[in-house]
Parts: sequence; structure tokens; C-alpha cells
Amino acid sequence: MIRSIALVGAASLLLVACQDQAAMAGAGRDRISVVGSSTVYPFTTLVAEQFVAANPGVPAPVIESTGTGGGLNLFCKGLGGQYPDIADASRRIKASEYRTCAANGASELLEVQIGLDGVAFAEANDGPKLQLTPVDLYKALAAEPGGRPNRAKTWRDVNPTLPAITIQVYGPPSTSGTRDAVAELILARGCEQMMPEMATIRDARPDDFAKTCTRVRDDGPYIDAGENDNLIVQKLQANPNAIGIFGYSYLEENKDRLNGVPLNGIEPTYETIASGRYPGSRPLFLYVKKAHLSAIPNLRAFLNAYTQAWAPDGPLVRRGLISAPADVRARSAVIVQRQTLLDPKTLS
Amino acid sequence: MERRVRRRYAAERRFRLFGLAAIVLSAGFLLFLLVTMMANGARGFVTTEVALSIDFPAAGLGLTPDRIRGPGGDLALAGAQLDAVVDRAAAAQYGAIGPALFSDGADTIVRRALKADPRLAVGRVRLWLPAASDVDTAAKADGTPLAEKRAQVLTDAGQLRTGFNWGFLSGSDSTDPTAVGIWGALKGSLLTMLVTLALAFPIGVLSALYLEEYAPRNRWTDLIEVSINNLAAVPSIIFGLLGLAVFLNTFHLPRSAALVGGLTLALMTMPVIVIASRNAIKAVPPSIRDAALALGASPVQVVFHHVLPLALPGILTGTIIGMARALGETAPLLMIGMRAFIATPPGKLTDPSTVLPVQIFLWSDEVSRGFIEKTSAAIIVLLVFLLAMNGIAIYLRNRFETRW
Repeated sequence: MIRSIALVGAASLLLVACQDQAAMAGAGRDRISVVGSSTVYPFTTLVAEQFVAANPGVPAPVIESTGTGGGLNLFCKGLGGQYPDIADASRRIKASEYRTCAANGASELLEVQIGLDGVAFAEANDGPKLQLTPVDLYKALAAEPGGRPNRAKTWRDVNPTLPAITIQVYGPPSTSGTRDAVAELILARGCEQMMPEMATIRDARPDDFAKTCTRVRDDGPYIDAGENDNLIVQKLQANPNAIGIFGYSYLEENKDRLNGVPLNGIEPTYETIASGRYPGSRPLFLYVKKAHLSAIPNLRAFLNAYTQAWAPDGPLVRRGLISAPADVRARSAVIVQRQTLLDPKTLS
Repeated sequence: MERRVRRRYAAERRFRLFGLAAIVLSAGFLLFLLVTMMANGARGFVTTEVALSIDFPAAGLGLTPDRIRGPGGDLALAGAQLDAVVDRAAAAQYGAIGPALFSDGADTIVRRALKADPRLAVGRVRLWLPAASDVDTAAKADGTPLAEKRAQVLTDAGQLRTGFNWGFLSGSDSTDPTAVGIWGALKGSLLTMLVTLALAFPIGVLSALYLEEYAPRNRWTDLIEVSINNLAAVPSIIFGLLGLAVFLNTFHLPRSAALVGGLTLALMTMPVIVIASRNAIKAVPPSIRDAALALGASPVQVVFHHVLPLALPGILTGTIIGMARALGETAPLLMIGMRAFIATPPGKLTDPSTVLPVQIFLWSDEVSRGFIEKTSAAIIVLLVFLLAMNGIAIYLRNRFETRW
């Protein structure tokens, strides 16, 4: 008994040791590594799956869903085999993140817009059928609307035409790109509509702007539901008076359980988001390290597969992506073809 | 007097009832968990297939049996655009809705069928292909009204069948719930457990032996004992942070690899093994040691010929319970990147992989509703795995247990 156990133990130790050496020797990686946004994750995984199916023998890309901020943090740590090749992002890279990238040697980046996503506001089928505007949402969700602490408890406190239902909004956590998009697309817009003078403050004193306009309240009505969007769907069904914030693809998949909340009278649908009429639409990006394009085998082919997949009749649209307008698609394809670099001056 | 006796009996009965209630309550929770999982998960093991006639020569693929068998066969099949072939054949047989009836992974099945039997390429064949996720859900339970109607029409025409989903046991992660499989995650779990066992078992048992048999009792060994007991109670996420800092950032081992997962979990499992082993070794009566020493055995002979064999059942039980805990662990593995989507099972220890609990976590977050039953099915696989491990622990204990 002892002898056989010792033998098995020794054999497995030896095995582990051998594998260890193999790992050290193989510093050059042959797998594509992708990190980033949970919103882009389903699209990248689909492309990766089809890429593997179409190219037998190519090792499967490794795709991690870390959230946009976490992904860019990993991505910008440096160049080389142990750092990811692509970062999925549900917002543009920030100038500060780009500086980290550049400081670690990864200053040459490709920025590829793969399409659009709608930040959809939704309620359960048996919900109160709210009709909201960005200004309502700003007054309901900002930490300090108009510079004063937010005391609104019900939707009527926000707008007298709305019913007296307690404000309960389930949304993503602060590390999420979806949350950034809500702040950028809805709260900032509502803030500027309510107080036009904020538009000038935006450039002059960005910190003050963020404090008044885009900081989300943390006294209860905004409920941080984690990165799991299915959880928000379940919570909405359990609580018909609540509103949920998530990517449009979740709304589409759960159409029979949820209703989109119209903003400015416009329902979140494929058409309204693609045309930009629904205020909650945002672009989705891939960031690619140029140096890795030649170093990592198949990376270029993978990007080409991506460009094939994002057409309006392509597989990504069937999975809930909203196709970008034709000129944006053409521009992104050219960026992939010619390896045009991102101009850091355009970042904010 | 009589009253006091009655009170004693009443107290006795009360105590027994409380005990029974506790057992019934915990059994009830377990039963609830199992029943809900089984009810949801059983469907995950069932696949719905739709019949499709494909006329390969007419599709103009230029595929011949010789070409498929030849050296470039895989590439020829991959380049044949079988997805378009499936779509066209589906449209020809079922009209405009045809392509929507089949799973996105249907072309992989066609490709596999052609590879298994290249002679199919010369004629017209009827293949059973996986149904699209909504048709699948409608055929098994309640789906959208539209999908329900389609499934009903197909069933009436005899073009729909359900069967055991072998692909679920042999496949890997996928974005399409009808094409996913658990094998990739199961293999990742097995590889991770192998590394954990290979490291934690010898180190744990040797430390326990040293501490019990050789170490002098002084302040240092007391300190070590306290630290080991402490380590066994440290939350697992902290081991994940440690693994991230040491194995990934300092040693530059590959991210998401089963090797790193195994190393991290070994750190977590080792204290459990040390504690269990020490208790088992302590339980070996000193008379056995004294007898062996009296007959002239050296201390090493005493340990390896007498103490260890007698303590082994206890050590193995502790090890397997520690391993079972490691098998169900998620948090530390998230920290070292074992949460990635990988479409193929890992081939070796340094390949990126996921493990069962992380796979369950990933599927629970998927957009498509077909993943709900797959999540439950994966939980059933995990429970069966755990049950098997605990069964082995009980078997080993009974098989090698010695009573004094």
C-alpha cells in the first residue's frame, strides 16, 4: 500500500517537474490572450469559437471577462508573452490608462470599434411602465444633483408626473464599463440638460463636473448588483417596481420577461440604438498591441475573423451586437488592415 | 419522586426530538438542493436533434472520400464552408425558417460525421443535427410561443428526436448552449487536482510525521502548530492573492494554467492534510512504537513500517476531504485567471484551463437562456465527482481501519 502510494506520488511529482520546465522554455506564447469587458466577452468568445472551428490545429484563444477597467489594467502592464494581446472595452481607453500603457512600452495600440451596445433600462413585464428622461434619471441617481445631496425617495420626488414608487435601480458596480457608460451617456447628459452651464465646467474643472454630474449616489436607491447581469434579470422579476441597467443583449434575450424603459419616449430596440436615437448607446472596442501582431501567431487572422463577423447580417448581430454604421465599420476594417495606430491626443 | 422521574423522561424525549428535528431539517435542505438541481439539470443531459438531408455532391464542395482521408483533410473540411451547406439544406427542406432551426454548432457535427465516415461525401445523407437553442428549450420545457409551434410541427413530422447528450460529456466550453460540454472543465479539474495532490500529500504527511515523531516540543514547534491551524482557517481568496503574487508575478508561470491552480490549491489543502495526519498519527498507540523499538527497529523503520501504515486510513480520509474542498474552490482560481473561455480542453498542465466550479460560475452569467439547464447539469457532474471522492474516503477508511 505504502509503496504503491509512494510510487504514484513520485511519478506525479516527476510529471509536474517536467511540465514546469516545459513552461519555462515556452516563453513565446502561441495562444491569443484576451481580457476585458463582460459586455464584449460574448462576442469575442463567439469569434474565437468560430475561429477555432475554421482553423483546426490552431490553439484556442483564452478569453477572460474581467470588466473593462480590470482588463485594461492587465493589458497595460507591458509587452510580451505574459501580458494579453487584446483588451475588450465597452468604453474608450482613458488618457490615464493610455499613459500607463505607454510607460510600460505598449504605446503602439490599434483601436478597433466592433459595434455598438445599448445600455438598456428595463423593468419586469408587470412593472409600472415608467417613461423616463435622462434628467429624471440624473435627479434620481446622481449623488449630488444640482450640487445638493440627493434626497429623492420616489420617482414622484424627481418628476411630479411620475408615480410615487420607491426608486430602486439595480445596476453594475463601479469597475464596470456599463456603469461608466451610464454616467457618461445618461447622467452627464441629464446634468447638462438641467444645467447648461455644466458644459463649460466639464472642460475647465473636470473634477467638479464628475462630482456634480456623474457620481452615482450610494445611499440605497442605486443597488450595486455585481457583474452578473442574469442576477439583475432575476431581481427585476422578483421586484416589479425596480429598474435594471444592463447591456441590450440581455434585454433582447429576456424579451418575454422584461420591458425596455423608454427614454425621451424612445424604446430601446435594435433600430433606435443603431441609429443613436436611444440615448443609451455606446461603442464597443478592441485594443490590440501592434507589437504582438507579428509576435503572436494567428493574431492577425483572428482580427480578420472579427471584421468578417460584425456585419449587420453576421453572427455577432444574431448574438445581440448592434452593428456600427457602414462608415465606422469600413474605418475599423482599414485600421485592422493597415495597422493604423491610435492617436493618444484624441483621448480624454 | 415520581414527578421527578417523569420530568427526567420528558427531558430525555425532548432531547431526542430536538436531535431528530435537526436531522430532518438538514436532510430536507439537502433533498431540496438535490431535487431542484436534478429537475433543472436532467434536461441539460438531453439533446434535441432535427433531421436534415444533405446532398453533398450537389452542394459542389469538391470533397471526395480520398481528399478527406488525405493529409490535408482537416483543412479541406474546414474550408468547405459547411455552415453555409447546412443553411442551404435547411432552407431547402424546411423553407425560410430552416436555418433558424439548427444550432450554430451544427456544421461541426456534419464535419465530424464526414471525418468519421468519408464515404458520406458521395451521396445524399440524412443526419440528425442539434436543434437551435430556442427549439431545444421548447421541445424539453416551456419556450417562446413561436419556438413551441416550430417544435410541435417538427415532432409531428417525425423530424425531431431527443436523446442523451453525449456531446455534453465530451465537449468543451462554447458560446452556444446546445454545443457546450463539461469535459474541458472536468479535465482542467483533474489536472489541477493532480498537481495539488502531488504537492500537498507528500509535504503534508512528511510535515505531520516530523512534527509528531521527531520534533522536540518547544516554543518553535508550538508556534508552527498554531500557524498551521491558522492557515487551515484562512479564507481561500487570500491563497488566490498569494498565488497571483508568487506564481504569476514573481515566477512568471503562465496565467490561467492548471499548474498554477494546482499550486495555489496545494497551499490551501496542505494545512488540512497536516492536521488530519497529525491526529491520525497521534491515535497510533505508543505500545506499537515501543514494541518495534524493543525488537531493534530503527526510528525510521518504526515510522515507515508501523506508524504510517496504521495511521494511513485517517491520513487518506483527511486528504480526500481536503481535496474535495479544493475541488469545489472557486475564489482563488478567479484571481489567477482560471476563469477564461477556452474552446478546447487543456492538453497539458501549462495549457490554460478552467475547473468545474468556475465553469458553473461562467455559465450562470451567460446571456442565452439555454445555459440555465446546462449550469444545473454541470452542478450535477460536480456533485457526482464529489460523491465519488467521499465514497473513496469511506471505502479506504473501512478497508484499512485497524481497531485496538
